[in-house]
Amino acid sequence: MKNANGLLTIKNLVKHFDISGGLLDQLSLEQKRIVRRRTTVKALNDVSLWINPRETLGVVGESGCGKSTLARTVLGLYPPNSGEIYYKDKRIDNLNPQRMLPYRKKMQMIFQDPYASLNPRMTVKKTLEEPITFHFRSITSRKIQDKIAEVMQQVGVEPSWATRYPHEFSGGQRQRISIARALMVDPEFIVADEPVSALDVSIQAQILNLLMDAQEKRGLTYMLITHDLSVVEHVSTRVAVMYLGVICELARTKELFKAPRHPYTQALLSAIPQLGRRKAKHIKLKGEVPTPIDLPSGCVFHGRCLYANERCAQEIPQLINRGSGSQVACHGVEEMRL
Amino acid sequence: MSHLLEVKDLEVKFALRLGELTAINGVNFTLDKGERLGIVGESGAGKSVTGFAIINLLSKPGYISAGNVLFEGREINRLPEEEMRKIRGNRISMIFQDPMMTLNPVLTISTQMVETVLAHQNVTKAEATDIALEKLKKVYIPSPGKRLQQYPHECSGGMRQRIVVAIALLTNPALIIADEPTTALDVTIQAEIMDLLQELCESDKMGLILITHDLGVVSQVTERIAVMYAGKIVEIGSTQAVIHDPAHPYTKGLIKALPGSLQPGSRLNQIPGMMPTLTDIPPGCAFHPRCNISGTVCRMEVPALLSKKDYQSMVACHMVK
Repeated sequence: MKNANGLLTIKNLVKHFDISGGLLDQLSLEQKRIVRRRTTVKALNDVSLWINPRETLGVVGESGCGKSTLARTVLGLYPPNSGEIYYKDKRIDNLNPQRMLPYRKKMQMIFQDPYASLNPRMTVKKTLEEPITFHFRSITSRKIQDKIAEVMQQVGVEPSWATRYPHEFSGGQRQRISIARALMVDPEFIVADEPVSALDVSIQAQILNLLMDAQEKRGLTYMLITHDLSVVEHVSTRVAVMYLGVICELARTKELFKAPRHPYTQALLSAIPQLGRRKAKHIKLKGEVPTPIDLPSGCVFHGRCLYANERCAQEIPQLINRGSGSQVACHGVEEMRL
Repeated sequence: MSHLLEVKDLEVKFALRLGELTAINGVNFTLDKGERLGIVGESGAGKSVTGFAIINLLSKPGYISAGNVLFEGREINRLPEEEMRKIRGNRISMIFQDPMMTLNPVLTISTQMVETVLAHQNVTKAEATDIALEKLKKVYIPSPGKRLQQYPHECSGGMRQRIVVAIALLTNPALIIADEPTTALDVTIQAEIMDLLQELCESDKMGLILITHDLGVVSQVTERIAVMYAGKIVEIGSTQAVIHDPAHPYTKGLIKALPGSLQPGSRLNQIPGMMPTLTDIPPGCAFHPRCNISGTVCRMEVPALLSKKDYQSMVACHMVK
């Protein structure tokens, strides 16, 4: 699973969070003996993928599946427990902050909530200035002003409003400003974590159009994290479906939506409310998503899967190429019984 | 004959220091027994305020400034609080968006459910517990007896929302008002809750008002849809008509703005601008500055909600014939 042309390649990424707290929290009484237990949330378990330049990789999954952790780990906001991240063949997960700096400039992030991601005490101008003065120390203030005006124009916010504060803007305009902030340093790769989830439908369309335009104009590569499958279907080139910290299926968008292979993908897709199609039959899954603290053995999905057998309960399925770039991690698909 | 619920010229105002704001401006609709109505619109359209106004739960400075709400033929918007309490949470139940906020975190599920039953019915505690158990079974909660003893934090999001639905059902209401009941939930759980609500409405002949911003959800569950914009209903009709043959330019725009209705990768149809804030609602038709077919009359006169020749639904637009 190595792609030489990938802009970003992730190999066997693992990220666990220790949530056991202090020593006293870890101790418990079991059969009259004091035992010490650590609790870890296994957010990412052996995730491998690559992203081609100028494509949009959609990452979908339900809450708690690790999609946001993946986004943050890729950008180096969380150090991974193990695994490797390559940016154009250069390994970046083990760099010190100083050496990571040039890569931070190339990789930017857009967050979900434009009310929380903009500093309420900074004007738009200050917000947009900060990344550029940080990454380009020698730039003249004249050039910064020009850049701010140019980017604001591009994202559709009137440049003369640069002196205003975030509270003076609506949600959609704030999200435009967050996008402007990401674009200020001319990045190549943008991770967008639920960029339109907090917005109304008509505004959502405006922001998605803006993201698609910016991609076309600047040749950007996106990793789009979202739970909204219709957004993913519309915008992405390829889609990765995550469940409990693993990728269960990765395929070109068209193929994934037309013929999902993994039983979880099938259930997920059948649950999308389709406009005008009443009483669409959806696949009901058994039970609930297990906690990532206590992962099921074998395939993490086997407890809820309609087709699971004994092998599924024991052996962890690997992502296997099914031709034309699609990959499925399912014993059933591998054994050709699905 | 008489409807289960009749909302007539409802007007809600908020008395603020800077003056009065009109949040809802003349809303009219009816709901029959066992009927499911969806109210859709973007944030600030007045959908939730409509829901709150029906059960007279508006908090100050909001108040109903004009109009009537008739429930089972009886005017309920002017009832004294004591009388209203006999209806609210009893004959009309409400389900809110965030199940973590609506359940009390320091009380067990059992306490919260029994409390509700005892408040409305003259039964013993043991009987109330039996009712709670029965309702939990009805919303397909596995091992309901065990769940009753648990606290809300021990349940998952989907389970919590099901418990909230069970609480709403405790008193066998004739009407449930669900305000964004699945917005905080994942799609697979959303689908389950929506199926459940629909099933309950059908089996128990319950009326449902589903308030949501999600046209997809509404189109699968309800029989009729009302589209709200800036405090008014701009279009109301059967789900089929509103979704497949929308008449109002705003409804059309909303449907076209949804990804999924177009070729992937193509530009989405966007409605320019945004919903006006309540402080500066444009004169005439509130939608005219964003409308692509507006004319002079739209700037002057407020359009009435009328039946049109070319469409099945009722539309408030001067330009639609």
